Amino acid sequence: MSRPILLRGGRVIDPSRGSDGIADVLLQGGRIEAVGLNIIAPDGAQVVECAGKVVAPGLIDVHVHLREPGQEDLETVATGAMAAVAGGFTGICAMPNTDPVCDNQGVVGFVIAQAQRAAKARVFPIGAVSLGQKGQQLAEFGELVGAGAVAVSDDGKPVASSHLMRMALEYAKTFGIPVADHCEDPTLAAGGSMHEGIISTRLGLKGIPAAAEEIMVARDILLAELTGGHVHLCHMSTRGSVDLIRRAKDMGLKVTAEACPHHFALTHESCLGYNTNAKMNPPLREDLDREAIRQGLKDGTIDVIATDHAPHHYDAKEREFDDAPNGIIGLETAFGLAMSELVNTGLLSLPELLLRMSTTPARTFNLPGGTLATGAPGDVVVLDPAVQWVVKPDAFFSKSRNTPFAGRTLTGRADLTIVRGQVAFQRTS
Amino acid sequence: MPTPLGKDLTALEYLSADQIRLILDTAEPFKEVSERQIKKVPALRGKTIVNLFFEASTRTRISFEFAEKRLSADTVNVASTGSSVSKGETLVDTARNLEAMHIDMVVIRHHASGSAEFLGKRIRSSVINAGDGKHEHPTQGLLDILTLRDKFGKIEGLKVAICGDLLHSRVGRSNIHGLLKLGAEVAVCGPASLLPRDVESLGVTVIPHIEDAIQWADALNILRLQLERMTAGYIPSLREYNRVFGLTAARLDQAPKDLVIMHPGPMNRGVEIDSEVADGPHSVILPQVTNGVAVRMAVLYLLAGGAPDWAQGGGSE
Repeated sequence: MSRPILLRGGRVIDPSRGSDGIADVLLQGGRIEAVGLNIIAPDGAQVVECAGKVVAPGLIDVHVHLREPGQEDLETVATGAMAAVAGGFTGICAMPNTDPVCDNQGVVGFVIAQAQRAAKARVFPIGAVSLGQKGQQLAEFGELVGAGAVAVSDDGKPVASSHLMRMALEYAKTFGIPVADHCEDPTLAAGGSMHEGIISTRLGLKGIPAAAEEIMVARDILLAELTGGHVHLCHMSTRGSVDLIRRAKDMGLKVTAEACPHHFALTHESCLGYNTNAKMNPPLREDLDREAIRQGLKDGTIDVIATDHAPHHYDAKEREFDDAPNGIIGLETAFGLAMSELVNTGLLSLPELLLRMSTTPARTFNLPGGTLATGAPGDVVVLDPAVQWVVKPDAFFSKSRNTPFAGRTLTGRADLTIVRGQVAFQRTS
Repeated sequence: MPTPLGKDLTALEYLSADQIRLILDTAEPFKEVSERQIKKVPALRGKTIVNLFFEASTRTRISFEFAEKRLSADTVNVASTGSSVSKGETLVDTARNLEAMHIDMVVIRHHASGSAEFLGKRIRSSVINAGDGKHEHPTQGLLDILTLRDKFGKIEGLKVAICGDLLHSRVGRSNIHGLLKLGAEVAVCGPASLLPRDVESLGVTVIPHIEDAIQWADALNILRLQLERMTAGYIPSLREYNRVFGLTAARLDQAPKDLVIMHPGPMNRGVEIDSEVADGPHSVILPQVTNGVAVRMAVLYLLAGGAPDWAQGGGSE
């Protein structure tokens, strides 16, 4: 049995109950034992003074690439789960585009076993929509869910066939899981390496128009209406997508959406100089898109912030822009970026941010956590909302270093991350 | 050692008007070198230059090679086939290995936009962009501008229409940046399916019909239409391209004044330009090629640290 932990005197924010105030939080037996004033520390308890800090349900990231099995040189379940807790995340969802693809119960079980061995953040596998992510035949959702998968997605690729997407949404209803789609019309996006606009025109790079995303967002919304299934739209990047989702929500459809820190922090101008650490898919877009994503996070059109943590080797990014892979890592910079770009700019309150980074992700994917209710899992983060720090990729726990934020000063980071009532990460410096 | 152009020449977008004028002025005396009996000056004696061509090229590669040899540089040509590149070596490894043999400059032609800039940031040698993907081809832009200056005396106020496949054209981008910096008005003309998104953001106007461009312009720069654009679905057919957008003699006859006609080559006769026009009295297509050697000599000379006044004097070291 682990020692009880008493987090004393912090600003306790629990978006699941709309509470925000100075309190103590007691964790015992792997669960939230009590939240209140002047809680007496049980015998043998570890007492952590949290004055000036924020105590909240652990952050949850529904979109992470852990690369294991298959590309363990880029990331493993263990290093990704460690990077997660260092970033304040107690739970992460692992996308299935591994090698072999997570399209069967064997791979789901393997990822879960690796996560248990690592004993850091909880790792929730996402199964593939189609066998081998080939977009032809549905994977066995029932067995995937039985083994522990929490959703299905062919992320990295869109589900190009509308018929297959319809069937996935219908079939997923049986198991109550969302179908998470990477929205991209493959014929419009083919060969593109950045957002199509004035920067791609200057750089002479083939662009990916915003419509490539929006066409699939519109299709998925129509299929959600047709099937009544739950579609979750990954990494939304355009103002048109935000408008479409807002309308879908007004219609009462079961449509949820996520946005990534890089899409609310950066624009396509970051690609100038052929900076491959600004190459991702969907690409960084324009000012108006970034603003729409921010407004979507404010009004709830965008439900959750997810990182799309995508580790790549230094050599792979040290290439000609067209040949470099898409994606950046995000677990260890997400909270600092969100604080700096959304809270300290006055757009979101801290409770609103924690709703988007903890409570809503848990609810959207039916995950444990996201709440400090008594008896809930002991997944808690202590955040220092005011500390300023400089992003130094060499200090990351992730195996990879591919970030466009190196050298940037951010405000706010996790000091202490507790998973299942046990300290999984404690910042020492 | 800092040169008036910096370390590399990767894009005309990065040069000032004065730097472009310096190159053009430096090219003037070098024109004469190529007309001598002994076509050689010792300006780059002892300098080693690698011509790194990852894409097929005849005109540009030979033009650079002549420029290098007429400046007395030692040159090596590397093509992607038959080299370590075909064994999977990365661009940066290839260049670093070359640099380990103590070279002074790399002239690079590569299929990826940004490859010259990428290389320039990673090696100490000077890098000259001989065409990077769909981005820029700065020495082509410079030789086009020099040819226009020869013809009109100055660039300021000149109306130049660039016609054809701007979307995929590195020549187009270099022309646009260079001409605008020197005060020309630039229009682009071609099917909308072959114009880059928001092309006006570069400072040009769009003239949709070539008939209107002919009415407007002092000079036309007709871009090569890559034949694979048809199979990729950008245009229906080469035949129709010629009928709607081609520079034909009949269209040119409608011009209100004598136009100067340029083409960067290689030409698709009967597609973007008719033979009567290409070989006609207004064509400066061959003078462009001649100027290419002089402009490249100027660029090599300036990037090697040569003083502008030496070239002006045309003397010896």
